Amino acid sequence: MDTDLELLSRLRDGDEEAFVMLVARYQQPMLRLARAYVPSRAVAEEAVQDTWMGVVKGIERFEGRAAFKTWLFRILINRARSAGVRERRHATVEPHHAVDPIRFDTNGQWAEPVEPWTGDSEDRLEASTWGPALQSGLEDLPPRQRRVLVLRDVEGLSCDEVCELLDISPGNQRILLHRGRTRLREILETQIAKA
Amino acid sequence: MLSLRRRDIVCQQAVEMVTDYLEGSLPRRSRRRFEAHLRACPNCAAYIEQIKLTIELTGTIEPEDLTPEAKADLTELYRRWRSE
Ligand SMILES: [Zn+2]
Repeated sequence: MDTDLELLSRLRDGDEEAFVMLVARYQQPMLRLARAYVPSRAVAEEAVQDTWMGVVKGIERFEGRAAFKTWLFRILINRARSAGVRERRHATVEPHHAVDPIRFDTNGQWAEPVEPWTGDSEDRLEASTWGPALQSGLEDLPPRQRRVLVLRDVEGLSCDEVCELLDISPGNQRILLHRGRTRLREILETQIAKA
Repeated sequence: MLSLRRRDIVCQQAVEMVTDYLEGSLPRRSRRRFEAHLRACPNCAAYIEQIKLTIELTGTIEPEDLTPEAKADLTELYRRWRSE
């Protein structure tokens, strides 16, 4: 598979096929991220399209200091932010529990044993089985959690990269990550119990 | 029944420390207490495994394939941007 940098250097020479390959690689990840900023799919698509235009016209400005993906996401976030609804900078923080308090006894210990997800039936955790539940769980997360989860756990960016892209502190990033991950675990637990 | 020392953490606290632990951002003393709790508590050990599996599965969410229409639209746009 061609690396991003190879495709970019072909794109600089006006290679249409390289553009199509980059689009195939990043269109869906970008849409997923954009949806964490804007209310509708149509607006998200516009922001993504706008980003591609920025890439094609601004390709000379890419210096290769950051990964292409990070550069791409930065342009997208800027465009999606200006298209998105205005948010209060300090949204009120709702109380949060990693696990429903009802699951603990009065000493704060698990009231019922926690079932391991692996064991004799290894295939219970097939990605293809639980992908759709995770996908919709991700879409239902509050936007700030969703952005962090998409960038960290779906796209695999580092904590530093995410803090820089989203302009948040590491502590804040961890809180959002904690809430998002514990919520997705809860969703999986429910699904697995039903299966 | 676990016998609790004063400085021990309980399960309900442990589950709130999982992300900080995995991010490597727990202060040393908290980390030691957390690890001691995990060794003594199969439930929290199972819980952290579930979180790790959740992270792993989230990382395998596949992007859907781009529709031929979307690809054609963008190619069309590309030609226009290039000629502008
Ligand atoms: Zn425990």
